[in-house]
Amino acid sequence: MSIKYGLLALLRDRPGYGYQLRAEFEEATGSTWPVNIGQVYTTLNRLERDGLVAKTGEDAEGHVVYEITATGADELREWFARPIPLAAKPRDELAVKLALAVTVPGVDVATLVQTQRSHAQTALQELTRLKLRADSPHLAWSLVLEAQIFQAEAEIRWLDHVEGKVCRTNQNP
Amino acid sequence: MSDEPEPVVDLRSAAEPVVSLRDLTRVHGSGEAEVRALIGVSLDVAPGELVAVMGPSGSGKSTLLALAGGLDSPSAGNVVVEGVHLSSLSKRQLARLRRTSIGYVFQDYNLIPALTAAENVSLPLELDGTSARKARPQALAALEEVGLTGLADRFPDEMSGGQRQRTAIARALIGKRRLVLADEPTGALDSQTSEAVLGVLRARCDAGAAGILVTHEPRYAAYADRTVFLRDGKIVDETGPGTRRETVQISVAGAAE
Repeated sequence: MSIKYGLLALLRDRPGYGYQLRAEFEEATGSTWPVNIGQVYTTLNRLERDGLVAKTGEDAEGHVVYEITATGADELREWFARPIPLAAKPRDELAVKLALAVTVPGVDVATLVQTQRSHAQTALQELTRLKLRADSPHLAWSLVLEAQIFQAEAEIRWLDHVEGKVCRTNQNP
Repeated sequence: MSDEPEPVVDLRSAAEPVVSLRDLTRVHGSGEAEVRALIGVSLDVAPGELVAVMGPSGSGKSTLLALAGGLDSPSAGNVVVEGVHLSSLSKRQLARLRRTSIGYVFQDYNLIPALTAAENVSLPLELDGTSARKARPQALAALEEVGLTGLADRFPDEMSGGQRQRTAIARALIGKRRLVLADEPTGALDSQTSEAVLGVLRARCDAGAAGILVTHEPRYAAYADRTVFLRDGKIVDETGPGTRRETVQISVAGAAE
């Protein structure tokens, strides 16, 4: 996903300019998603081209200020209403890698699975440590961190499943 | 005492591991029926460290824990707890070391139903000769540490599963024990209670104890400083310590795609 909807959401609150939007975006996501200013300007240009935002002119310090258009507000409302498709990652590299590993001869699938599991468990360990050490954490930051914890856990469970399946297959070729 | 052997003690510094498993092998049965539960496993746990052990059923997790706690003896190799070689101890000395130096937390709590929470917690001290009057304040402090202030005089059947498990942890932590061994301590507890139980274990290790946690739950193993993976009685892999920031930044960058 791009930061498109992030910018639309912030602009629905009130008009703003590039640097200000970047700061507000990082604040809203608990600094878990660093964006560079170039990304913000590119996205604003594209949104303006598509008629979702419009320039209102310059403020006293010469910043170019943008506001959301009616079309932009509709688009944002739709985004919040629409579930994110589960097939958002159609080319999951790990799934493809494992599919190839079991197809192509000469790949040690058990080691591949374990290496990935160990990597995911290390990440889970580090995320958990961040969570435990956070003193009265920002709600947005907690939400994003916990999403990553659940994702890492899901990957490990899936690897357990793959391992069980592949070992059974190898035992009964 | 004179008829008992002198324990073999390693000279060591404060940074030495609290428990050291050295090339442990445990074989059950013989001949055709021989089962090698653990094969050449070595593991050191330093003060302040919590190590998780993961692996499928039958991979040797519980055997490893039983050997580390002196509840079982290895067929080959050594277990050294706080510098003492367990194989050099008499049965009586070993029982004493288990009471004074090692705390156990089991899935099914193992509380005595006829005793209150405080009495369950102070039991190891009393078995070791401390009077009930002297043991009680220590038991209350241990219960407070696990968040059970005010429940000291409840019986196990008057407590929830989470409260029972926290009582069991308080019992495992009382006194000067520096080694805590936990076998699936979150068992049937709900996730919030499980997190509280793990938090207590983590805090105790942060305060200087060494812990070994056997679990099949990745999210609870993640409370540990590192995880070792057992397969068919051998350690096949281990998570690395220390690259925290980097991993998190990578996952955040991945989310921005």
